[in-house]
Amino acid sequence: MDTSKLEFLRGTLDVLILKALVWGPLHGYAVTNFIRRQSDDAFLLEEGTLYPALWRLESKGLLGSEWGLSENNRKAKFYRLTPEGRRQLRYEVKTWQAYAAAVAKVLAATQLPEPEEVR
Amino acid sequence: MSSTPFWRRYARFFGPDPSQDVKDELAFHIEAKTDDLIRQGLTPDAARKEAERQFGDLRSVQRIGQRIGEKTERRTRLGDYWTDFLHDIRYTFRTLGRDPGFAVISILILTLAIGANIAVFSVVNTLLLRPLPFPHANELVWISPPPTDCGWSCSTYSADAYEEFRDQSRAYQGVTGYEAFTTPENFRLTGHGDPVPATGIEVIGNFFQVLGVQPALGRLFTPEEARGPSVQDSTGTPVTILSNAYWRRQFHSDPNIVGKAIELNDTPVTVVGVLADSFDYGAVFAPGAKADLFVPLNLEQERMWGNITTLIGRLKPGVTVAQALDDANRVAPDIYFNVKYPQSRGRYKGDLVPVPLKDYVTGKLHRSLIALWLAVGAILLIAGVNLSNLLLARASARAKEFAVRGALGAGRGRIVRQLLMESLVLSGAGALFGLGMALVIIRWLAHQGSVALPLLSALRIDGQALGWTVSIAILTALIFGLLPGLRIAGGNLQTVLKDSGAGAGLGRHHERVRSVLVITEIALACVLLVSAGLLLRSFYKVLEVDLGFRPDQASSMIMWYDENAPTPEAREAKRAPIFQNVLAHVGALPGVEAVGISDYLPLGPNRSWDTPIPKGKVFAPGELPEPLVYVISPGFMRAMGIGLHGRDFTWSDGPNGERVMIINASMARLFWPGEEPVGKILMRDQTEWHVIGVVDDVHEESVEGSIGAQVYYSCLQQQPSRAQLVVRSSLPSATLAPSVLRTLREMNPEQPAVEFRPIRTIVDHAVSPRRFFMLLVTAFATLGLLLATLGIYGVISYSVTRQTSEIGVRMALGATAGRVQLQVLASTLRLTVIGIALGTLFAIVVGRSIASLLFATSPWDFPSYVGMILALLLVAIASGYVPARRASSINPMVALRNN
Repeated sequence: MDTSKLEFLRGTLDVLILKALVWGPLHGYAVTNFIRRQSDDAFLLEEGTLYPALWRLESKGLLGSEWGLSENNRKAKFYRLTPEGRRQLRYEVKTWQAYAAAVAKVLAATQLPEPEEVR
Repeated sequence: MSSTPFWRRYARFFGPDPSQDVKDELAFHIEAKTDDLIRQGLTPDAARKEAERQFGDLRSVQRIGQRIGEKTERRTRLGDYWTDFLHDIRYTFRTLGRDPGFAVISILILTLAIGANIAVFSVVNTLLLRPLPFPHANELVWISPPPTDCGWSCSTYSADAYEEFRDQSRAYQGVTGYEAFTTPENFRLTGHGDPVPATGIEVIGNFFQVLGVQPALGRLFTPEEARGPSVQDSTGTPVTILSNAYWRRQFHSDPNIVGKAIELNDTPVTVVGVLADSFDYGAVFAPGAKADLFVPLNLEQERMWGNITTLIGRLKPGVTVAQALDDANRVAPDIYFNVKYPQSRGRYKGDLVPVPLKDYVTGKLHRSLIALWLAVGAILLIAGVNLSNLLLARASARAKEFAVRGALGAGRGRIVRQLLMESLVLSGAGALFGLGMALVIIRWLAHQGSVALPLLSALRIDGQALGWTVSIAILTALIFGLLPGLRIAGGNLQTVLKDSGAGAGLGRHHERVRSVLVITEIALACVLLVSAGLLLRSFYKVLEVDLGFRPDQASSMIMWYDENAPTPEAREAKRAPIFQNVLAHVGALPGVEAVGISDYLPLGPNRSWDTPIPKGKVFAPGELPEPLVYVISPGFMRAMGIGLHGRDFTWSDGPNGERVMIINASMARLFWPGEEPVGKILMRDQTEWHVIGVVDDVHEESVEGSIGAQVYYSCLQQQPSRAQLVVRSSLPSATLAPSVLRTLREMNPEQPAVEFRPIRTIVDHAVSPRRFFMLLVTAFATLGLLLATLGIYGVISYSVTRQTSEIGVRMALGATAGRVQLQVLASTLRLTVIGIALGTLFAIVVGRSIASLLFATSPWDFPSYVGMILALLLVAIASGYVPARRASSINPMVALRNN
């Protein structure tokens, strides 16, 4: 495995899962694929760690689930966003973006700022 | 995602399985991944390996999944249950609301049954189950001799005996007692206008300490006070402790009462304490009476008075009553009646028997209470059967509803649950109202001060009673809701749905169940009716007992007089004119027929002195009884209505005249069988006493008990302990009371305003426990009869409804209205007769087991059984008649057309 890939940030997984389900119900494997592809394999992800996250979200009521048939006719558990999950996603995205913007702004600095005036 | 496939419908047929779900989900992931890898060119084996590697630790993920799954499952199940529960409740209220008649009747039935049960349970709990209201009450014992015929004097102990027993026994932490011969209103509270009567109990100094009674204010008696001056002699400063109720009533809860002096019998007495509210002397030691205040019993003064005190002991921890008995038997031979008389040593051999205080207080009521409990249990059973019947009838009417619900997918469990919920809601409401009813009953009972039952004032609804309520409510609901529930759920939906027409239900089978229920009800009612009949007959037998005196038209008042003088002779000389004067004046009041004085009245306290011996006869020691003693004035026999053979005392039977006495018939028979007793001579300590008259046996101790020997002395020749004025008059006692009191006051301004009690109330008081139980059982029997009636009516009426078309056809074919009526009545009677037959068998068993509660009534008492049978038949005919009328008025055309 390529160790240069980013360590997975704990807690980020939840928001990625929520995001994966925005377009409709998916089974766990599809969620894995979505995250892998969408991040260009940027996240080092032991695929197994996805499931506890899914179940936790389900038990918190952010996700709903139902058994159905996969594309190749296997029985699979499909997850979907509950309205509450959708709300949570919106909130997390906002937080993440603010955070990322702040980090980006700091990293983009080219020189030490002027000392603040003290009166 | 496609729609739920066919196999999913059965995948969790046996309920959800979260652990399998997790496995399935993860397996799918691995398989999907493997497929993808194969598609990318890996061999199946390598692809599978790679998929598993990329997944990570499969097993630990699985474990996490199972844990989360189980938790979620539990929550979901709970959530589902709760939702269903709310739904059931809403549905129940809606359906009950649609049929308010049914709801009201069943709640009413349950209220009566459950209310009666809570009330009786509270009584049983207070009197039988709960310990007496003292700390470590199980250590307390009552020490007394086996029962005898010579009354209180033979069940008490002398001051010396008390002290010797206390000092020699090893089984006790403390031994105490109270003066047994205290009579009500034995004190006068003076110093504030007219004197007011008060009841004071003389207790041995450590009485409250041994019982563990705490003062609410002030303190208890000190050992010095216990030995010190008492109110009776007016030396030093006597002390008293007030009962809480008296303090509140008489002294308006004066918070500064402790240390103040009150005036008792014109003597200032210091109040040293007020007892805790939880202690009710009367409730424990003198049922139906009250105690206002307590004074220390001065043992020194009482030493020469013979047996005066009761014995109460507190066992050392761990000492059993049997060990205490051994200990008492060990010390008894060394105990003196009076230490001054060596020959009195060992007189109490075999007479010191400790029993748990609780047994002494409530032991006699044990059987009555158990019987009451069973009776009220039977009521609950009848009510439950009735409820079952009603639910069943309703269920039949709703069979369609259930069938439709079943067809729409409601499980059997769900329907049973719905029915259970209904009966739970009903019995819950019944329990709630029943609790209210019981509260009212209990409050009423707790204030029945005149009923001679112990601990009544301690009655209350407590946690245990509440627990009992809840459990019987749930039990009733379960048992009687389940039966109809199961019947319905077990029914065949198809049949019901096909069935049509008015009153279509679950058919004949159903009706048989209901008949069985009604028969059960009738049988139970039978048992109750017979028991009530037996108790009622016993009660009337008790009322018919020849008491030996005529209680009606006679009333009595305690009379106070001052005979203070140094010697007995001087006292006699002073007393005689007072008595004569009072009797003359009261006797002269308009409407007064006879008047007299006695120191004790029947059915109250009593005492015995010695054993008079017939002159010239020799008896073995112990062969002759110690008769009860009454010191009376001339005229008392007439005032009391006691039949006399020979002559009464006269005012000329003075202190210096010939010693005369009157004896009762039992004693005469025993002493001189077959001889004329009048004129015979009895020896008391070398003195000759002439028997001048023989009177009827008077029930002295109890109305129901046997009668021993009784003697009467003249108040001119023996000293009475007190004076109880008895007035016979056709005027009501309330009318007479003011003039009697005024007359007494004229002669003695110290006379307190004591009650002028009809003698009848004394008798009523004595029979009050029997009346109490009889009334309760009769009330329950009536309730049982009522419920049985309702049950019969319900079943017959339902079967008539069900057979409307059948009856219509029969009438169309020529059956007369009379015939139809007869048929309906016959089926009513059939049920009733079967019920009565079964019930009679039960009743015989029950009657035999309550034989000890009966008085002069055989458990086979014919009238009770006949009465029961007649009552039930009558009720059955009455309750069958209404549906019979309805059946006969069915219009064949309408009935047939409707079908």
